[in-house]
Amino acid sequence: MSPLHLSHFTATSCIGTGLDDTLSALREQRGGLAPCRFADVRLDTWIGEVPGVEAVTLPPALADFECRNNRLALLALEQDGFADRVREAVARYGADRIGVFLGTSTAGVLQTELAYRQRDPQTGALPAGFSYAGTHSPYSLPGFVRAYFGLKGPAAAVSSACSSGAKVFASARRLMEAGLIDAAVVGGVDSLCHTTLYGFDSLELLSDQPCRPSDADRNGISIGEAAAFVLVERAPESAQAPEDAVLLLGIGESSDAHHMSAPHPEGLGARMAMAQALASAGVAPAQVDYVNLHGTATRANDAAEARALNALLPGTPCSSTKGATGHTLGAAGALEAVICALALRHGLLPGGINTTQVDPALALDYRLASREQPLRHVLSNAFGFGGSNCSLLLGRATGGK
Amino acid sequence: MGAPLLAFIEGIGVLGPGLGNWAQAGGVLAGREPYQPAPTELAPPAILPPAERRRSGTAVRLALGIGQQAVDAGGMEAADLPTVITSSSADGHNFHAICEALAQPEPLMSPTRFHNSVHNVAAGYWSIATRAMRPANVLSALDASFAAGLLEAAAQVSADQEPCLLIAYDSDYPEPLRTLRPIAAPFGVALLLSPRASERSLARIEVGLAHAPVTPMDDAALDNLRRSIPTARALPLLRAFSLQSACTVVIDYLEDLQLQVAVQPAARPGTGG
Repeated sequence: MSPLHLSHFTATSCIGTGLDDTLSALREQRGGLAPCRFADVRLDTWIGEVPGVEAVTLPPALADFECRNNRLALLALEQDGFADRVREAVARYGADRIGVFLGTSTAGVLQTELAYRQRDPQTGALPAGFSYAGTHSPYSLPGFVRAYFGLKGPAAAVSSACSSGAKVFASARRLMEAGLIDAAVVGGVDSLCHTTLYGFDSLELLSDQPCRPSDADRNGISIGEAAAFVLVERAPESAQAPEDAVLLLGIGESSDAHHMSAPHPEGLGARMAMAQALASAGVAPAQVDYVNLHGTATRANDAAEARALNALLPGTPCSSTKGATGHTLGAAGALEAVICALALRHGLLPGGINTTQVDPALALDYRLASREQPLRHVLSNAFGFGGSNCSLLLGRATGGK
Repeated sequence: MGAPLLAFIEGIGVLGPGLGNWAQAGGVLAGREPYQPAPTELAPPAILPPAERRRSGTAVRLALGIGQQAVDAGGMEAADLPTVITSSSADGHNFHAICEALAQPEPLMSPTRFHNSVHNVAAGYWSIATRAMRPANVLSALDASFAAGLLEAAAQVSADQEPCLLIAYDSDYPEPLRTLRPIAAPFGVALLLSPRASERSLARIEVGLAHAPVTPMDDAALDNLRRSIPTARALPLLRAFSLQSACTVVIDYLEDLQLQVAVQPAARPGTGG
């Protein structure tokens, strides 16, 4: 595929609001998980809550979009000068030449959950002021971002559970290759809600501790929330590429065709996605310096992903950053693509936290300590319910710091 | 706005109120038969394993039903096809049940309801039923969901030069969400797109972005259907396929952007047409 330039990016999660905090948390191996105190949820689990989300207010003209998910989106858009870079792209290409493809699994369904507690006792009606289109609909996220920047190009929500935030790059790639757009705002936003907390609890997949990816005693996930955005453009000629340019070189996508909520036991779909990412980038397995695992810390997911990795990229250094951020669901693919972009730009191989005893049965080179070292190619995995898999191969345009 | 995206329509699936398959729906849309509204008939998908078949909800029955119709018509193997699956809201009845459960003093979530609540529920069951390990790209764009899916599928055919199955569907909501999101009835359209013509080709399309008035349906009941269900925004395009004459239709996309589709009857290999 033709490489895409990640010309600007930002991320906000429980480990940091914006890139500076995120990078220092990764360097210093600081996590952001805390015992669950979200709303009135009574579950013995840890969560990755972003501070300050409720204090964010959307512009009055966009009040219809008010919900935790869009407040988190706005908080992130205003970090690292990201919004200004989008406006510069509008000036450069025109508002109708910029697409918006954003991943989310639950968008603003928290509003619907709360509205169902306030139904009219006589009629059963939902309270006045509830906006379906502005909050509940998956499109509320790209609809909000498109309206916020006054963009006029193609737009859609990508919603394939926990692969969503990675799959958005594929949608942008296709429309750019088809010549319909010159740039796209891609990313993912998912925020805490009752559906996912009680839902993962019903599947007995929530850990009662901060999650421990790849640990011999791992016992489930910690749910987090995050917003991550990337402005993608066509890659510049290598001579013109900035010294620290990060490129998306390959994308792999597959379906498990196995089960709605359990991974293929051999990691077959995951392996196909990783292999396709490498092939579309023209990068050999031995050239991959680091894999950011999907690594949710459930027994089954980590085992299946390890089998896939060992079949394709044996011995490649890897870690999961979900010990620090929690599993941010539909945002995870985008958040971890940004973490990989930071890793490439700053020459940092991020170690996984919370894990104390790497499961020997996984046979991975799972890194527990962050390390400054040059990286040239990294792979980011995002796998989700419904057997939806996506792998992104990112690399530096030049050298490797 | 870029060159239009070229594709051939190799198969069509339709399920909606009074529309049971493409052969019958095509006759109605071409005006050969009257439109007679009736509840959408959704059969448990025979291609699913028995347990999943029994438990399948509206979204899965609809999506698998139309997908199977289109693949059968096109004479292709479902397992070989990447899919684009687009819906305004996936399974509305399932999410209503979840919200009711979560509103109780002691929330009790069903694990099956939870994994069926993902927007890609139809994609998951489609891949399980057909053994398709190819990518499924699952979209939502509120009332623009059909056009967003058609654009994505056409771009995929154009960029990757291989066939792609578009499955577009909407299930309805029960009250109280129905009042706020009134989707009249379950409705779905599947289009099997290919970069190459074949002897099964039904039409040749060129898809592009446009700013133009949307093509309505002449029949008042069908135009009402078009406006009352996001996926039914496809009806003018289906009507063009049924008429087998060259024309250009404009369908709803986003508030300030439409899709223009130039339709030609398929030039079939060997006919010189």
